[in-house]
Amino acid sequence: MAQKIIEVTDLKKYYNNGAVHALDGVTVDICRGDVIAVIGPSGGGKSTFLRSLNLLEVPTSGSIKVDGVEITGKKVDLPRHRQKMGMVFQHFNLFPHKTVLENLTMAPIRIKKMPKAEAEQKAMTLLGRVGLADRANDYPAQLSGGQKQRVAIVRALAMEPEVMLFDEPTSALDPEMVGEVLEVMRELAHEGMTMVIVTHEMAFAREVASRVLFMEEGKLGEQGTPEVIFTNPQSPRLQNFLKKVL
Amino acid sequence: MTGAKFCDFEKMAAIFLKYWDKYLIDGVSYTLLLSAITVLGGVVFASLLALMKMSKVAPLRWLSTIYIEVIRGTPMLLQLYFFYFGLPMLIPALNKQKFLCIAIALICNSAAYVSEVIRSGIQAVDPGQREAALSLGFGERGAMWFVIMPQAVKNILPALGNEFIMIIKDTSLASTFFIGDLMTQYLQIRGATYLPIEPLVITGIIYFIMTFALSKLFGHFEHKMQRSDRQSGTVRRRKLKREGAMA
Repeated sequence: MAQKIIEVTDLKKYYNNGAVHALDGVTVDICRGDVIAVIGPSGGGKSTFLRSLNLLEVPTSGSIKVDGVEITGKKVDLPRHRQKMGMVFQHFNLFPHKTVLENLTMAPIRIKKMPKAEAEQKAMTLLGRVGLADRANDYPAQLSGGQKQRVAIVRALAMEPEVMLFDEPTSALDPEMVGEVLEVMRELAHEGMTMVIVTHEMAFAREVASRVLFMEEGKLGEQGTPEVIFTNPQSPRLQNFLKKVL
Repeated sequence: MTGAKFCDFEKMAAIFLKYWDKYLIDGVSYTLLLSAITVLGGVVFASLLALMKMSKVAPLRWLSTIYIEVIRGTPMLLQLYFFYFGLPMLIPALNKQKFLCIAIALICNSAAYVSEVIRSGIQAVDPGQREAALSLGFGERGAMWFVIMPQAVKNILPALGNEFIMIIKDTSLASTFFIGDLMTQYLQIRGATYLPIEPLVITGIIYFIMTFALSKLFGHFEHKMQRSDRQSGTVRRRKLKREGAMA
């Protein structure tokens, strides 16, 4: 068995004093090199689960260990933990007041104290990989949605994270731009990056994921290889969900 | 002629020429100085109030809210009186420093309004920006300083220009205490000439010129700032291409 990088145990997240159970006891292990696709109906807790992994949501109870270190405690160095976890958002969240290049170099320079020249050189290499080197000095407002998301992905990669978290990365894109973003993610997966992807792109999940998690009503309904999940779903709920989306 | 004319333009011209460099120019200087001090001091104090109001510490939030509500809920003239008489009692060094007392009163008043401008400017920045900064490894303070504030400034600056113009007009209340601002000069000229209307019209025109010019000036900067948002990238890219600096 590959080395465990994230261990989630009985994770719960309640809102409104327990009236809403966004996460209701999720237990899952993620290993180095895993590409995990999280699927399920809206409001099922997929995003909450993903955002808990870098503590953008603070869980009500349960444990998350990253590299064997518990991160839900009070004394955790959160910024240090988050540097290990790159995150890509549905709405890109690029910094509009910075150029594309500055979006990539800001965190390495400010946080890792990397020399500016080195940070810029690395950023240009990353931009080249996603075919956007010629847009380095543009502002995010001048890019298309697909380009923005590609920049957002390499901005996260610029911090050299151990895990990449994707929160519905193609949901806010025009259909013709989905492909270019998925292509970048596909390459990342092939390079062996550990990835957790919340997505509605079932074909992509089936093709790229090493494991698929089906989440519903805050619980982990079913998990397994894409083969098992998509061709031989066990629970009626997953069968029902797949019938609707496929 | 049955009685004096309502507003005699010849007299107006004469008064303007006679008192311009004697009183009016001083008044303009004091009014602009007092307004500038108020805006600068107000922004500093207002930032503190805004941060307190957004703080996680509840008593700080309450303190800030109470302050803002009290200042906004009482007349400015009352506040001026309060500081004018109260400050020298509390701080003996401020005795006979009435310009300073009034300046502090105006700062305290303006800060309450500006703090709401700053707070809403910060809160208007998309929460996703903070999350993106945190996810890259910035702390809360780094996210605020490097990501949220630079964007909030663009929301805040236009409103701050309006506040500056409001303050120029509000400083006229300070003439109650004869501190040398433009309205004080009006009172002096009125006393010297026994004419109420003519110097008032002159003073009004000067106030209008100041506020109108400033509002045009701020409008110009605002327009420029918005344009740089859209164009600067393209312009810079073209420039870089010309210089062949980027492959």
